Parts: sequence; structure tokens; C-alpha cells
Amino acid sequence: MTSPVSFSTSISRRHEKLIRVCLFCCAALSVLTTGAIVYVLLSNAIYAPGDKTAFFERVSLTEFLTSAQWKPAEGDKGRFGIWPLLSGTMMVAVISSLVSIPAGLGAAIYMSEYAGARERQILKPVLELLAGIPSVVFGFFALKFVTPWLLKPLFGWLDVKVSIFNSLSAGIVVGIMVTPLIASLSEDVIRSVPRSLREAAHALGSTKYDVCMKVVVPAALSGILASFLLAFSRAVGETMAVAIAAGGSPMLALNPLEGSQTMTGFMVHASTGDSAADSISRMSMYAVGITLFLLTLVINLISGWILRKFREEYQ
Amino acid sequence: MSKEKQVLSVPPSVQGVDRNLDTSLHPEAIDVRNLSFYYGDLQVLYDISLRVPERSVTALIGPSGCGKSTFLRTLNRMNDLIDGTRCTGECLVEGQNIMSPDVDVVLLRKHVGMVFQKSTPFPKSIFDNVAYGPRVAGERTRSVLNDLVESCLRKAALWDEVSDRLHTPAMALSGGQQQRLCIARTLATAPKIILMDEPASALDPASTDRIENLIGELCANYTIVIVTHNMQQASRVSHQTAFFFKGRLIEVGPTMKIFTSPTQKQTEDYITGRFG
Repeated sequence: MTSPVSFSTSISRRHEKLIRVCLFCCAALSVLTTGAIVYVLLSNAIYAPGDKTAFFERVSLTEFLTSAQWKPAEGDKGRFGIWPLLSGTMMVAVISSLVSIPAGLGAAIYMSEYAGARERQILKPVLELLAGIPSVVFGFFALKFVTPWLLKPLFGWLDVKVSIFNSLSAGIVVGIMVTPLIASLSEDVIRSVPRSLREAAHALGSTKYDVCMKVVVPAALSGILASFLLAFSRAVGETMAVAIAAGGSPMLALNPLEGSQTMTGFMVHASTGDSAADSISRMSMYAVGITLFLLTLVINLISGWILRKFREEYQ
Repeated sequence: MSKEKQVLSVPPSVQGVDRNLDTSLHPEAIDVRNLSFYYGDLQVLYDISLRVPERSVTALIGPSGCGKSTFLRTLNRMNDLIDGTRCTGECLVEGQNIMSPDVDVVLLRKHVGMVFQKSTPFPKSIFDNVAYGPRVAGERTRSVLNDLVESCLRKAALWDEVSDRLHTPAMALSGGQQQRLCIARTLATAPKIILMDEPASALDPASTDRIENLIGELCANYTIVIVTHNMQQASRVSHQTAFFFKGRLIEVGPTMKIFTSPTQKQTEDYITGRFG
């Protein structure tokens, strides 16, 4: 005699398992990709299995870290000092911060403290629109507008020569690019400062400006700093705009009005060039890649740590 | 049954508070005339008129949502910070109508300080919290600030507990200490009037006691208006009690009279605990 009720697993329950496996694969994919990228970088830069030779098996780490020249095209006679590329990257990133920090923080304070609900409804989408513009467009904006129409007349008036390709225009447009990032992250942390703190400050006879600058911004400071660091790390990793605007001449000169090459700019150049796949100039790309990877990783870790610290303070 | 049996036995007052004070003989610090208040289209205060005598404590009591906090917050125009609020009627402080649009709320709030239900120390040091008000008012001299911080912490009965750690974070203080710090911070702006919105409702009994005694001391020099849910507290710390119900001021009078022989049925029902 069979029971009228069956407890055996039905087809639909087996689907549950299938869904779980599919979702796991999606999650695993991103982990695997990261692992694969790290493997490719390491195996080309530090130690290559098989008969290939990795970059650091041909060029010493001392040369990489101490030489002041970057001339990979000359093959084994070339120079492989990272500093010209690193300084190019840092110069663009610092200039971009000089633009994006005041603009982004100002926008964040305005949106969270001063703007009415309607204004905010217009401002936020416009900022998001700015964030959505492809970076190659910003590159041309730097090359075709910022340099010829802003920098050349301005510095021409001061009788200073500006190259067509220059770090300043690259830094300015990258700064504009990352402004929405700072504005939106900072606005979030500023808004999460408890309303009661604002009221207490108002009740002590503060003007609105006092409330913002002496209570709200200091209370949100760690979150704001984290947004600065994330924006800096975006600027370090930014590629197309700087490859177009800053040019392709790696040099250890800190003149923002001349061309330079950033780490990302070099990697675009190396991976699209016509040198042989196992040539030293092509391999050097992986060493630069690892340096860039480590640099942004460290900055992101620091900003993540600061953000977590902020959350602990207020939640 | 006699009426007296239903009335609460009134606990002794804190030192410095005379609950039979004839407030009509005192000069007034605040004179509210026909005040009505709206959140958008919703009217929450109806035609309130209330005199607050100088150097005394006025307690505002009533069930939740009766408008007593809203009323308190009109006295230093704190409600201006909320969009869509509107107010009619007059509120005279120092003989000036503070509802007038040409009043500088920054100056008003220095004169009329406020202590909130939740203690709100800024994430700064104890010293910087107390020095905040004088600093935004432009005081920079270190010695003046030092003296001011000490005297305000003494007045708020906190000096002895924190004098050796003035430059440590205020957030590390206990709840009761934080609230006394907020009182010290308010005193530092040299107000004449202090508004307190349930200042002890989040505190333990011992801390509450300290705050109540402090109110008794402060009312020798300051005019205090306090909102409280705790009727025992209202009866202990106030000279005058005002009972609010559904946005209306039902009854106001010397605290002893309100608690022993209220004239209105609703007041009596509330203080005997039959609703609210």
C-alpha cells in the first residue's frame, strides 16, 4: 500500500540545486578572473615557467627601481627605470586631485547641506551623466579644447611654452572625470552625519557655514578622505584620457606643461606596438602592470580601511 | 469619594525651586501670544499664549504628540530647519517678537540655548565641545577660553569628573556625563534662557537626579523651559507647569497648584495617570 503523501524529492527541488550551482559559478568567475590576471602578470614579469624568460629574469630589480630612464624600445641595451613612468602617473594624479578635491567636496557640501530637494534631483543625475562620459572623449577634450583654448592662451600671455601633449591638460580632464566620484561618495558620508549634531550646532548660535565646516565636515572627515583616496586611485589607473592628452614621451621631468608618459599610457603603447610578443619591450609591460596593480591595491586598501573606521564611529 | 484621593502625592522639590511662586509678580523672559504652528497644512499648535517668568523653571507636560516639543522649538526658531513649517502669532523675548522675519536666528539662539533629549557631543575633545560656541562667536584668546570652559563645566557639575582629561574625546563619557557636557556647552554661549527637551529621559536614575539638582541650581541665574514626560520630574524641578493636550495649552499655573488642585478635568485626568 502506498501512502497518499510522497516525500521523495520532486523535479522542482532539484532545480533549486542547479540554481545554486549556477550562482556559485557566477561568483567563482570573478575570483578566477582575478587569479588569472595575477598569474599572467607574475608569470611574465617575475618567473616564467617553461623556456620563456620573464622580465625580471632579464632585467634586474635594481635597474627597474633605480634607473632614471625608460627606453624599452632599444631591446637588451635599453633602460628600464620605472621612475619616469611613475612620475608621469603621479603628476597627472596629483593635478587631477587639485581639481577634483575642491570641486567634488564643494559639490558634496552644496548638495547635502544647501541645495533643496528639487535642486538635488537635478544635480545628482547631471553629475552621474558626467561620470558616464567615456574617457576617450575626455582625452580629446583635453587635446582639442583644454590645451589649445585654455592653457595656450593663458600661458602664452605669461610667455611660457605649452606642448600639444602635456600633463596639465591630462590632469585637469582626469580631475573633471573623478569629481563625480568624490561628490557622490562624500555626499553619502556627509548626509549620514546624524541630524542631531546639526541641530545641536545650530542651537549654539552657529551660522550654516559654521555648522558645515566646524561640525559636519569634521565628523565626516574619514569618509571624505577615503573618497579622495579612491578618486586618486581612479586617476592613477585612468588610461585613455591620459594616453591621448599627456603624450608618449617618458621623462623624469616634473614640468606639467610638457608631455610625459604614464604607466597606463605606456601599456597602451606597448600592447598596440609592433614589437615581437616575447621582446623585452613587450615584456616590460607586465612589470609596469604589476607596479600599477600594487599601487592601486594599496591605495584602495587604505581607503577601505578608513571607510570602515568611519562606519564604526557612527553606526 | 473625595477628590484629594485621586491626586498624586507630590514629591519634594529640588533645592532652589519654589513651587508656590506667584509668577505673575515676576518680570517675564518669554511672552507668547496667540501662537499657532503648522507643518505644511497640518496644524499642530492652536492659539497658545504663555508667559514664562524670569529666572524660573517652566515645565511643559502632556502626552506624546501633544505639541510640547514643537512649542519648545519655536522659542529659538529651531523649527526653521524643517522645510514647510509655518507659524502665526507672536513670541516676545526681551520685548522683541522673535517670529519677525528680520530676526537673526544666530543671535537669537545664542540668547536662547537648547539641550536635547539625545546627548549630542561633537566628535571632538571635551574642551573643544564646550569652547565651540564661544569660538564660532569669534573668541580666540586661549586664557579666556580656558576660564570659560572651566566655569561652565563647574556650573554643569562636571568639572570634578573631567578636569584631568579635558582633551580626550567627549564621546568616551558616559550618557549622563555627555548630557551635562551638552548643558555646559550651552552655558558657554552665555544664554539667558535655556530650553530643555526631555534632557533626562535617556538617563539612569542617578544621572537623572544630578540633572534635576542642576536645574535647581541653574534657575537662580537662567530662565529654563523644560519638556518632560516624567510627571514626578515636572513636579520636582519646576515653578510653573503648563499642560498641553492635542496642540492646545489646557492649563498653566504654579506647579503645586497644577499637581494638587488643577481646574481642568483633562489636566487632572492626565496627572492622575488616567490617560497619556
